[in-house]
Amino acid sequence: MSVHSEELYQQVILEHNRRPKNYVKLEPCTHHSEGYNPLCGDHLDVYLRVSPRGVIEEVTFLGDGCAISKASASMMTASIKGKTVDEARHLFDEFHHLLTKELDPEKDAHSLGKLTVFSGIWKYPSRVKCAVLAWRTMKGALDEEKTVATE
Amino acid sequence: MALDIEKVRKDFPNLAARGRDDKPLIYFDNAATTFKPCQVISQTHHHYCHRTSNIHRGVHYLSEEATAEYEAARDKVRRLLNAKSLSEVVFTKGATESLNLLAQSYARPFLKPGDEILLSTMEHHANIVPWQMVREMTGCVIKVAPINDRGEIILEEYRKLLSSRTKIVSIVHVSNSLGTVNPVKGMIRDAHAVGAVFVLDSAQGISHEPIDVQDLDVDFCVFSGHKLYGPTGVGVLYGKEHLLDSMPPYQGGGDMILSVTFEKTIYNRLPHKFEAGTPNVAGVIGLGASIDYVTGLGWADIIVYKKELCTYGTKLFEGVDGLKLIGTAADKAPIFSFVLENVHPHDVGTLLDREGIAIRTGHHCTQPVMKRFGIPATSRASLTFYNTKEELDIFMRALRKVIGVFR
Repeated sequence: MSVHSEELYQQVILEHNRRPKNYVKLEPCTHHSEGYNPLCGDHLDVYLRVSPRGVIEEVTFLGDGCAISKASASMMTASIKGKTVDEARHLFDEFHHLLTKELDPEKDAHSLGKLTVFSGIWKYPSRVKCAVLAWRTMKGALDEEKTVATE
Repeated sequence: MALDIEKVRKDFPNLAARGRDDKPLIYFDNAATTFKPCQVISQTHHHYCHRTSNIHRGVHYLSEEATAEYEAARDKVRRLLNAKSLSEVVFTKGATESLNLLAQSYARPFLKPGDEILLSTMEHHANIVPWQMVREMTGCVIKVAPINDRGEIILEEYRKLLSSRTKIVSIVHVSNSLGTVNPVKGMIRDAHAVGAVFVLDSAQGISHEPIDVQDLDVDFCVFSGHKLYGPTGVGVLYGKEHLLDSMPPYQGGGDMILSVTFEKTIYNRLPHKFEAGTPNVAGVIGLGASIDYVTGLGWADIIVYKKELCTYGTKLFEGVDGLKLIGTAADKAPIFSFVLENVHPHDVGTLLDREGIAIRTGHHCTQPVMKRFGIPATSRASLTFYNTKEELDIFMRALRKVIGVFR
């Protein structure tokens, strides 16, 4: 299987899948939501502890899913930890635009960092939902939604 | 005489299509839908090029010709199923609609609170949800016959669940997610012994073996054309004539009436009573062509060859470390559902797709089966008579590469 820039299963994704970061239930937490992908039946929980000033002090997840969804969740927790809620929401928008090819990481300004490894996923429309599940669930938790399903 | 697979493959133009990144295609998703032979494509093409017209009410040449071809297809279905009469063959848009028709026109008017419908764990959602809708409307009860670790219905349990309260038994002929071929003849006899009506979901079964509705003594049988190498959007409901006669129409509209006034409408005779509106004329004609094609190849040879593929494939799958086949029934179609240690089915599906191999991943519209085996999803390779052992070998090499990626 060839490796090029649009390769979906890059080492960084495989590594996060093998050893996901922040893969634990967070107790106590201020925000929690359960994400569900009806396409494959995957579930995951996202937990956040947000300070009174709106800083995400801790963010974790638990659940089972494909490598894409697990790596995406793991990398999400690493990216938004320490950020403000507004910054996390902004990153969600950028990530979403990356997946739908509305943001070109080569040309457009962004603060995605390593998250650009998901840039090739627009070629696999059926897999976009896998990459976005954790993010939607995180946003759902911040919006006080108990459950989130990818449509 | 054995099937000439190379010759057969030439009948299916889609087999020559390319997969992702222009890779040669290996199509192992036949349980989802099958490719169509040229004979089917040319018949539907011919209809749209030379016979476009509405049927049953035209006096002009095209309409008369199209009507004759449409009704000829009904007779092909009748012969395929060995139904007694043409009145027993209703065209629908697929197995799903056929089951919904039965739920709404047979179960809903006749079931009373406490009456029971018996299903099994391995049913497709299309053979679960329509009955649940009827349960909400009638207060009937749904019972479920369990399956064992091989993915076979536990017949003792099935029989225990049958009683005088059982009014309808609706069971899949061949499981789309496990490949299990159910021993339906005996199950039908058991259902009849308690006075229940038996519905056979042959969505997968129709391409597996010939169905003789008189020999089985089955009350209703449903299937879709597109899983029998025919067009999408067309299916069949077979029903014993006295049962179909007793049922109210499913949908109202043109063609299903003899006369309409605002005071009173007189419904048409069978089978037209259940075919409201302009049907899928080209689809039905295409289905007729697909039946001609399959019977022309010969069931005996198809069955022998698919058995060979099943045996060969099973051996290959069993030789992969960390792979577990879900569905290992003694009587099986060449449908291989499997899970891998440490690799999620969706990743398997995407990585095989990159090699030009089309399989299905997910719950296959059988979530209760997934729950029974304690898994969220499987990868499923489903083969039919135009697939080959060579394709299975290529598939296995690709699968080992996938496993390597996640090692």
